[in-house]
Amino acid sequence: MNAMWSFLEKLWLKEWIFFLENTYRDGNKIYAKILGLVGAAGRVIRITPLSGPYVPRVGDKIVGKVIDITMTGWRVDTGTAYSALLNVKDATTRYIKKEEDLSKIISVGDYVVVKIINVTSQNLIDLTMKEPGLFKTVGGRVIEINNQKVPRVIGKQGSMISLIKSRTGCEITVGQNGNIWIRGHSPENELLAAKAIKLVEEKSHYEGLTERMEKFLAEHGTTADITPVEQAAPEENSNERYEEN
Amino acid sequence: MVYTKRVDGRKLDELRPIEAKVGVIPNAKGSAMFRSGHTLAYAAVYGPRELFPKHLQNPKKGIIRCYYNMMPFSGSGERIRPGGNRRAQEISMVMTNALNPVVDLSAFPNTVVDIFVELPQTDAGTRCAAICAASMALADAGIPMKDMVSAVACGEVDGTVVADLIYDEEAYDAIVSDIPVAVLHNSKEVTLLQMDGEISKEALLRAIQMAQKVTEKIHEIQKKALKDKYAREE
Repeated sequence: MNAMWSFLEKLWLKEWIFFLENTYRDGNKIYAKILGLVGAAGRVIRITPLSGPYVPRVGDKIVGKVIDITMTGWRVDTGTAYSALLNVKDATTRYIKKEEDLSKIISVGDYVVVKIINVTSQNLIDLTMKEPGLFKTVGGRVIEINNQKVPRVIGKQGSMISLIKSRTGCEITVGQNGNIWIRGHSPENELLAAKAIKLVEEKSHYEGLTERMEKFLAEHGTTADITPVEQAAPEENSNERYEEN
Repeated sequence: MVYTKRVDGRKLDELRPIEAKVGVIPNAKGSAMFRSGHTLAYAAVYGPRELFPKHLQNPKKGIIRCYYNMMPFSGSGERIRPGGNRRAQEISMVMTNALNPVVDLSAFPNTVVDIFVELPQTDAGTRCAAICAASMALADAGIPMKDMVSAVACGEVDGTVVADLIYDEEAYDAIVSDIPVAVLHNSKEVTLLQMDGEISKEALLRAIQMAQKVTEKIHEIQKKALKDKYAREE
């Protein structure tokens, strides 16, 4: 890895650098703004943060907790300083009558897997649940990790998360905000998956993470794949089961 | 009699032994421990989070809030009344002012970053230790910062300018001044400057210069502690 340690280290500005992330310029010097790893790729220098708050971005899939019901939808805790709004029209394809009780569809305390469709300058967030892969969770548990470690938990082309999924038999959904929903055959499986994810979070800056994970899972008695739990929610038309309400 | 030999045998510009560690409080977003001699400070950073009461919210940027607290038996052993007091309130305020110029919370409008500093054991120089710990904890929490803050108290004890006074020097039976100074590493700007006691203009300038020089060493220790969190071998 072509990364080197830096904390507010002085970097000399060279002619060929034209893009910078998490840095600021003072005169002809560049300083890091965040504790992280310096990486240079082509003409781009970027500081990859090792920790830090989640910044909501359009298109991110997140796992959030419903904290309130409003006239037109639900308020969702995103795990940041800003709560988000999930409008009725973005939550279900079904027609909702005016007097209908929204808590019958999603109630306070439920966790939802949603996607960010709009973020304003003041970080007001709009969500949708109407795309494939987005649903209201049923059962399982949600764990929190540092959102900067989410790419490492997922791994290259999802290698890390699919390893954990197949060895524990759990259904796992990783939200970009660092909330992860896990549902398995038994609480033991869920806890093992949670422990494995915590290990990735803790050791994310070491090399050979996948081998380490193989070893960890073998130590906990899972060397072979476990049949996955059946999907909690149908991928599409997840609203059909509310029809009877 | 001139003060030539310091009560604990240090050189005039020598700091107390410093120990610093980052990531000491797992539940916090960022945390740090900073020990200077017998003064020990723990800082924990929470946030950015929603700010209440709402009238304090700034729609342009997030704000920081410091809480400074000396524990009941932290001083000479005499119990002090736990909880806030006028002194803690003042120090919380000057700490916030010392750290405000470096943090950049423009990406987090209407929020607050809370910094709690607890001092389980104290022997003078608590606000400086608190600022050093808070600065490290902020960096550990991944808050965008333009610089690091290091702080030290310098002063004049019986006609001699010394760095990092301990309580026995502050209580020395002569004219003593105690000047806590917080310095930004890159720009060398001073973000905290207070004074207690009596001092001449020349000695004051020398004390501030000394503070700017010795905070370099503190900055090195802070930087090393931050790197060590990730460089630790298992």
